[in-house]
Amino acid sequence: MTRSTKIRSQSNKRWIVTAVPYLWMLVFFLVPFFIVLKISFSSSMIAQPPYVPVFDPFGDPWSETLEKLGTLTSDNYLRLGQDSIYVSSYLSSLWIAGSSTVMMLFLAYPIAYGMARAPKSWRATLVMLVILPFWTSFLIRVYAWISILSEEGLLNTLLTSLGLIDEPIQILSTNTAVYIGILYSYLPFMVLPLYSALEKMDDSLIEAAKDLGCTNIQAFWRVTFPLSIPGIIAGCFLVFIPAVGEFVIPDLLGGSETIMIGKTMWEEFFNNRDWPAASGVAIVLLIVLMIPIIIFQTSQARQQEAGR
Amino acid sequence: MRRFSLFNAVSLTLGFAFLYLPIVLLVIYSFNAGRSVAVWGGWSTQWYGSVFKNGQLLDAAWITLQVGFLSASVATVLGTMAALALARHGRFVGRTVFSGMVYAPLVMPEVITGLSMLLLFVSINIDRGFWTIVLAHITFTMCFVAVVVQSRLASFDRSIEEAALDLGCTPFMTFFRITLPLILPAVISGWLLAFTLSLDDFVIASFTTGPGATTLPMKIYSDVRLGVKPEINAVCSMMIAVVTVIVIISSIMTKRQEVERERAERMAATTP
Repeated sequence: MTRSTKIRSQSNKRWIVTAVPYLWMLVFFLVPFFIVLKISFSSSMIAQPPYVPVFDPFGDPWSETLEKLGTLTSDNYLRLGQDSIYVSSYLSSLWIAGSSTVMMLFLAYPIAYGMARAPKSWRATLVMLVILPFWTSFLIRVYAWISILSEEGLLNTLLTSLGLIDEPIQILSTNTAVYIGILYSYLPFMVLPLYSALEKMDDSLIEAAKDLGCTNIQAFWRVTFPLSIPGIIAGCFLVFIPAVGEFVIPDLLGGSETIMIGKTMWEEFFNNRDWPAASGVAIVLLIVLMIPIIIFQTSQARQQEAGR
Repeated sequence: MRRFSLFNAVSLTLGFAFLYLPIVLLVIYSFNAGRSVAVWGGWSTQWYGSVFKNGQLLDAAWITLQVGFLSASVATVLGTMAALALARHGRFVGRTVFSGMVYAPLVMPEVITGLSMLLLFVSINIDRGFWTIVLAHITFTMCFVAVVVQSRLASFDRSIEEAALDLGCTPFMTFFRITLPLILPAVISGWLLAFTLSLDDFVIASFTTGPGATTLPMKIYSDVRLGVKPEINAVCSMMIAVVTVIVIISSIMTKRQEVERERAERMAATTP
């Protein structure tokens, strides 16, 4: 058999390699979003499952489907606009996630820069040291801060014994604790893309800039910083998008002043058992995040293409 | 030459102190003799003893390990297939949708993934519990496997695969004799990543679970809500120890593989 016929016969079977994961993701990732969309137009009721049954073109006869289509309502969405708790949840989530992404950039950049300038033999170890906390449970890392920040916690004990404060300050159950939690938990997501952009940079560019009369600081702003922009973009999206929908951090570290949409949705679902309202919140959150997610994906796909 | 300045040294030291201090403190206080997590009452291993007497915790840990093992194994197979499809199959119909579905779960807020999976399970009317958590975990961890394996496939010399095909291997044999051995380190780190992500997950598991299936993160969460206890510190320290060992093993393996590859390349270059 010649090679071209072999490749042709190969392509007959190799669609299976694509089809299996493709179907899996369709069934378990894409279809569920349409179900969420469908249920967001239902209303809640005391039943199992706790919502008015929604149309099911595959299971019901046509007449029933039409009847059920009539029960659909956009009340959940109207409520999202009218009840100020939702609007302020969305806005405050975006604000908390956005400002912590900016703070994270200032925190992570010097770390990534230091890693990229470290001797070559250290770098693999440094990368591993950044990844290691990411592999230990998120919950554990958030939990670790509770005992540090609480009123009789380590930080207050330390500050009191040093005489810096007279009585414990409240940090736990405030937005400050939420910021600390996000900065701490998502730090590796910002450091790693920045590091990979800075590490592969060609040193001769900096030397050329210096030869041409740039000071160190000018060389940084004119050469190093612009070349690290792909890393900055990837890092910012990796932090911002999940942080908007964060539940564990505002729930465990935040207090009554902390309203974030992930927590609002969780309470709607688990405490109020209002599944249609929770679905509405999820759909709107998804629409809000759609633009950053698409930008992130296209930039990732472009990098993958470039890597080939 | 890159110069490692004082500024670099200071920012690295402070950065790593910030990353590790909370974890170190958590581990130290798991050995505290007193009940407090701020006042030191002397060394003791009593909390580790009480973890092993706590049946609920042990049950939850066992369920979590089973879920992690099953879901990581299936996710590794599916994720590797997805990576092959994206890296090798060029343009096919629906490629954009497919790559979208593979990258989206990496950043998707967990509350959305959890809710959508739950509503799927409710609408197809399957009993929720152990198996629904496994299905949910396969779905979100296979994307991480796909990304890890794909980056290895992208940096690999395809002429070896073509040579094998020319020499009469079927595509199936080529994969198992040539491709898989070469990407194996990435596949193994994909499995380990999927396994730890599954051990870690609290939000998606809470949505997709049913009666009788409580994972360790769910148990830890409900205990934490009741207050900070040294017993939780002990559980967490043990989980940290397990994960640390896994990460160190995998990084040693990757390192060794790299050294071997470099040696092979050097030999290939010097042989006429």
